[in-house]
Amino acid sequence: MTALAALIKRDVQIALRVGGGALIGVLFFLTVVVLMPFAIGPDLALLTRLGPAILWLGALLASLLTLDRLFMADHDDGSLDLIAMSRTPLELSCAAKALAHWLAAGVPLIVATPVLGLLLNLDAGSTLAVALTLLVGTPALTFTGIIGAALAVTLHRGGLLLAVLVLPLSIPVLIFGVAASEAAISGPVSFGTPFSILAALSLISFVVGPFAAAASLRQGLD
Amino acid sequence: MQLSGRGVRCVRGGREVLSGLDFTVSSGEALAVTGANGSGKTSLLRTIAGHVAVTGGSIGLEGGEPELTLAEQAHYLGHRDAMKPALSVLENLLFWRDFLGGEISDAGQCLKLVGIEHAKNLPAAYLSAGQRRRLSIARLLTVRRPIWLLDEPTSALDSDGQTLFVGVTRDHLARGGIVVAATHAPLGIEAKQLRIGGAR
Repeated sequence: MTALAALIKRDVQIALRVGGGALIGVLFFLTVVVLMPFAIGPDLALLTRLGPAILWLGALLASLLTLDRLFMADHDDGSLDLIAMSRTPLELSCAAKALAHWLAAGVPLIVATPVLGLLLNLDAGSTLAVALTLLVGTPALTFTGIIGAALAVTLHRGGLLLAVLVLPLSIPVLIFGVAASEAAISGPVSFGTPFSILAALSLISFVVGPFAAAASLRQGLD
Repeated sequence: MQLSGRGVRCVRGGREVLSGLDFTVSSGEALAVTGANGSGKTSLLRTIAGHVAVTGGSIGLEGGEPELTLAEQAHYLGHRDAMKPALSVLENLLFWRDFLGGEISDAGQCLKLVGIEHAKNLPAAYLSAGQRRRLSIARLLTVRRPIWLLDEPTSALDSDGQTLFVGVTRDHLARGGIVVAATHAPLGIEAKQLRIGGAR
């Protein structure tokens, strides 16, 4: 356990320091959401209706932004070689890295949601519903995203390839995340149904993501 | 403890880098791997460390801890030093001490031993190449593992650093450790020689 705690602590520390990715993600999220009202126009009713979808899309893109460096940075400086030689199974190390990424890049997005909800004319209840779905849904984005991040190492390509690989996998999360938010705000479906599926998607990704990422990294070490 | 390879073959990128290589190193012995650039020295070390799959033959360790794999009992010191520029020297070292697992010793003491204790709170980004190498050597000392796989260990080290490296390696061998080092310069310690391939 000390090994995993050390890995999580290191990754969070790096993300929070100057040049780390944590702040970049929030600023990107802010920019995307702030631009939307300018593009859509001053139609408050329309903004309210689109609000949850805009917040979810913003969060999805922002969490993807820093994901491609997750394993690439460790690969480039040789850390990945040593991580593979540790007495901690690679699967657990991948899970720990994903958790650290979510803590540093996902949680700030959720914290920023109430502020951004104001810009989209969402009332307090609606904002809370969106924040809750983000809290349950963003781990799924990170844990499926690490598969793409690991493949980026194997294929020696970063950046856009990751987006192409990961975005299709995040479609179910997006559908049920927005559906749950909409259900809480306007009905008529009950909030529980899409929300449970969203929670289930997260749980599945906790299991599948680290194993798939570790398998990919083993191929790519060479 | 004995580390041995029998007919090790290794193919990387469609090219046969190692073909039918035999070697044996026992506790307290060092193996100096020499050869021209591109002859496969690094590939051999990475194969032993488990980063590259063997295409044929086998590499085995006798007399090690039975529950652990060969890679889990080995240190790898490569060209890339696995240090994060954003973290301080001490933070980097403490991370690897906690993460690698195994018998550990005091990190501050190890930094003093390799002569970079004065820089322990400095971000690793500001270290020179030689200091980074010294920090990597401190990692080998902080976590005790019996097998050291060293790729050009003395590159970038000044003469004091080389003396230090020789001392550290001698201590490791005296405690029954195994050293496999790929090198161009003489190591400064008594070592078995393994010459790989000619220029191709």
